[in-house]
Amino acid sequence: MPPVAIDPAVTERVARAFERLPELAAADADLARRGRFLTCDFEIGVGSVPLSVSIDHGRVTSVKRGPFLLRSHTFSITAAPETWAGFHQPFPEPGDHDLLALTKSGRARVSGDLVPFMGNLQFVKDLLALPRLLANTEDAA
Amino acid sequence: MPHFEPIIGRYLHLELSGRPHRLYVEEAGQGIPLVCLHTAGADARQYRHILNDKAITQHYRVIAFDMPWHGKSLPPEGFECEEYQLTTATYTQMVVDLCEAMRLEKPVVMGCSIGGRIVLNLAAEHGSRFRALIGLESAAYQQPWYDTEWLNRPDVHGGEVCAALVSGLMAPQSPAASRHETLWMYKCGGPGVFKGDLHFYRVDGDLRDVLARIDTARCPLYLLTGEYDFSCTPADTKRTAESIPGAEVTVMKELGHFPMSENPAQFRRYILPVLDKIRSAE
Repeated sequence: MPPVAIDPAVTERVARAFERLPELAAADADLARRGRFLTCDFEIGVGSVPLSVSIDHGRVTSVKRGPFLLRSHTFSITAAPETWAGFHQPFPEPGDHDLLALTKSGRARVSGDLVPFMGNLQFVKDLLALPRLLANTEDAA
Repeated sequence: MPHFEPIIGRYLHLELSGRPHRLYVEEAGQGIPLVCLHTAGADARQYRHILNDKAITQHYRVIAFDMPWHGKSLPPEGFECEEYQLTTATYTQMVVDLCEAMRLEKPVVMGCSIGGRIVLNLAAEHGSRFRALIGLESAAYQQPWYDTEWLNRPDVHGGEVCAALVSGLMAPQSPAASRHETLWMYKCGGPGVFKGDLHFYRVDGDLRDVLARIDTARCPLYLLTGEYDFSCTPADTKRTAESIPGAEVTVMKELGHFPMSENPAQFRRYILPVLDKIRSAE
């Protein structure tokens, strides 16, 4: 990925927004149904800050912030904090608006076992976009 | 009174690539024939708003058909023993043959995505047959952004993954109902059909070398691309147009890769002036 200047405040805001995924996901009545075949731990990388997201049949049971000691994840999705911040705007700019737009431009990277990722792609994309709902609050990313 | 739309759907029998086919064709309106080409992995339902738009159908005979293997057009007999692969040659000939079979006189062809790509070849090889050509989300070439092997394999649901891949190509401003209707067509596609269409897009359809043969004085060419389309980006379309003197490019705000179906109201702001211009050139 191209180098991006890291602002610790942006990293913190984005990480906090992702840490609210359990409550944001629980508020979406249909999300767990759509993700009911996915049970795994996957990693969100906010720059160098790792977050471990635990999914149980489509429910987000926890989000823990690293660093971790040799913790395994089924797959990982990593982008710079500023990239995630743009992605989390309620109406993101063209090119910032979709995870695969970010991977195409080299600003996000997906690695690991991609079969469960692709098999549940819309669920994962919807989950990652949930912090857009926070955009009008002080916790906005 | 029952509430019927003015669209009429019929089945057209014609031979394509030496094999009999039965194509589902919808049409509405009277006037200049306007043949609409759907995107890869979808079907002609994408054009239902164009077919129902009186501002268009009072001047144009709008025709939208499901390509073989798509929608209500069956694959040809023997399909079960072959892998479907669309090519530049078969796609081009399909459009020409359909126009001839329907005896369309100097039609306008409007295609989106792969349909936007093929209008470039129609312009290069058959420009004199057409009144004008419209490429939506059109480029002679664009950078791939995923491995098409994901589209047809037993351990990933094909319909779900096809829809999930293209969902991000739409503008976030597009109405949710229209976005999900657009995705439904991807969820309905036959196994391997989207992948087979992309054979044209990815493997066989690099049209950069044919652009120099396009004569827009003979057949006007309009290229319209949504700003949120990261598959065929506005830059891809502009780069294509730089090699075609006279091609008119429009970048459409708050639209993505499926303008006619993801946000019909926004799209008509862009397409009506183009259709008016074509008509006024009579």
